[in-house]
Amino acid sequence: MALSREEIAHVALLSRLHFTEEELARFTEQMNDILLHFETLQEADTSAIAATTHVVPMVNVLRDDVPCPSLPPDTALANAPERVDDLFKVPRVVE
Amino acid sequence: MADYELIVGFEVHAELATATKIFCGCSTEPGAPANTHTCPVCLGLPGVLPVLNGAALEHAVRVALACHCGISSPSIFERKNYYYPDLPKNYQVSQKRAPFGVDGWFDLEVDGTVKRISIVDIHLEEDAGKLVHPEERSAAGYSLVDFNRAGVPLLEVVSGPDLRSVAEAEAYMTAMRRLLQYLGASDARMELGQIRFEANISVRPVGTETLGKRVEIKNLNSFRTVTRAIEYEMARQIDLYERGGAVAQETRLWDDARGETQAMRSKEESHDYRYFPEPDLVPMVFTDAYLADLAAKLPELPAARRTRFIEAFGLPEYDAAILTGEKTIADFVDAAVALGANPKTVSNWIMGEALRLLNEKGLAPDALPITPRALADLIALVDDGKINANQAKQVFAEMFDSGAAPEEIVKARGFAQISDVSALAAIVDAVVAANPDAAAKYTAGDDKPLGFLVGQVMKQSRGQANAPVVNALIRKKLRGE
Ligand SMILES: [Zn+2]
Repeated sequence: MALSREEIAHVALLSRLHFTEEELARFTEQMNDILLHFETLQEADTSAIAATTHVVPMVNVLRDDVPCPSLPPDTALANAPERVDDLFKVPRVVE
Repeated sequence: MADYELIVGFEVHAELATATKIFCGCSTEPGAPANTHTCPVCLGLPGVLPVLNGAALEHAVRVALACHCGISSPSIFERKNYYYPDLPKNYQVSQKRAPFGVDGWFDLEVDGTVKRISIVDIHLEEDAGKLVHPEERSAAGYSLVDFNRAGVPLLEVVSGPDLRSVAEAEAYMTAMRRLLQYLGASDARMELGQIRFEANISVRPVGTETLGKRVEIKNLNSFRTVTRAIEYEMARQIDLYERGGAVAQETRLWDDARGETQAMRSKEESHDYRYFPEPDLVPMVFTDAYLADLAAKLPELPAARRTRFIEAFGLPEYDAAILTGEKTIADFVDAAVALGANPKTVSNWIMGEALRLLNEKGLAPDALPITPRALADLIALVDDGKINANQAKQVFAEMFDSGAAPEEIVKARGFAQISDVSALAAIVDAVVAANPDAAAKYTAGDDKPLGFLVGQVMKQSRGQANAPVVNALIRKKLRGE
């Protein structure tokens, strides 16, 4: 199974990545090389093995429902590119 | 025109009633100043590790059990990837392939018959922040974000496409909200956005079995809005089919001002969420013993409580349905009865004066400003003959306004009741003498003047006469009964 240039462009769009035509061609080739490795992995018989979602042998890690102090707004907003009062300012979004 | 059948399914989102967010210790208290309930975890800063709130997990599993769902074990969280400014991490932690609850059902009562609605899945996710769009023209170029709500635990209950009318859709919304409140899982206050509905709507000619293309409607923030949107969307789709057109499977937004739905402008690509397991949160595994224990501890649910109100309290079905319709009201009734008040009397006060005053003042039932103790005391004052029914109504109204104890109001207003038979007999004699025509009519067998005569006695006693005693005295005097 090979990925087309269009599929790579679609994934790039979803990830908000902007590629030049040259990059798109190169990444399409590289992505397909990576997929080839998976084809090798596919040869292993995994029919008796449940799908793995986590590799750490831990389950049910929970915390108590007890409030902790939050950040002061100035700290929370310290990395905001722009702010208005104590709100993050972003390009207008309307749906 | 062929007859069409409406088909509706719901996605109900409810903010869970926890003190803290789903993956961090920030408070979930609504109404806080902007961005004061945020931390590195819920702001999505690099290097942080989320840890699941045990209370949120328990709420989710309890709702799934109450909806007769199978519980996935292990159950996992996944990342739902999309870009939107209210989502600080650029993914929402949600559940897809192994949600807490799967394949359940919910018995919905509509017009006296029970219909079983399938519950497809119940999963836990994190809420997004809140976007503010400034109104001024100069602000047209930007939006503002408050992340206080980001990371509040959100339970999504997805029903099958089993609802067939607007009435069924309304009944489902009401019943699901009530269930969440009875379970203590969510306060589910619509005006605070604690419960939100998305409706999947399609139509098909009556008699056909295939489901039509469904349209998902968002931005529905009140029961009334949902009803209007369903009615509008049903008409729009029927019109399309009738004119030979096709309904596109799409997401539409409800525009309340225009009273119509509009296709969302966002591109197809944005719905390609590329879910994958959340590596920072480990799986949840449930033992049968744990699940059996939670199931055994589920509280009395609305239908059972209504049956108990009918059977144990002797209340009419209609009254029991109204009283158990709101958990806070049903709790109030149980508390007043536990304090010794007669259930029917409590019911009469709630069904009558309490709901009337709430309605008059535009208050929600959970804002009932009197306590079960105060109502039980008021009922005792009437039962003991200290005040009459009319005075009790005035005391109730004042309790409602001031929150004062009934005894204090009775004292302050100088209320007392004259039950003394000889004192009342003297007033009855005077009233009968002053109104010979009315008295003669009543004696002759016409019941109508009785009310007038009792009223005159009440007036003479400045409202303090014991009305049943006065009634008996007049009947005895004029009819020898
Ligand atoms: Zn936080």
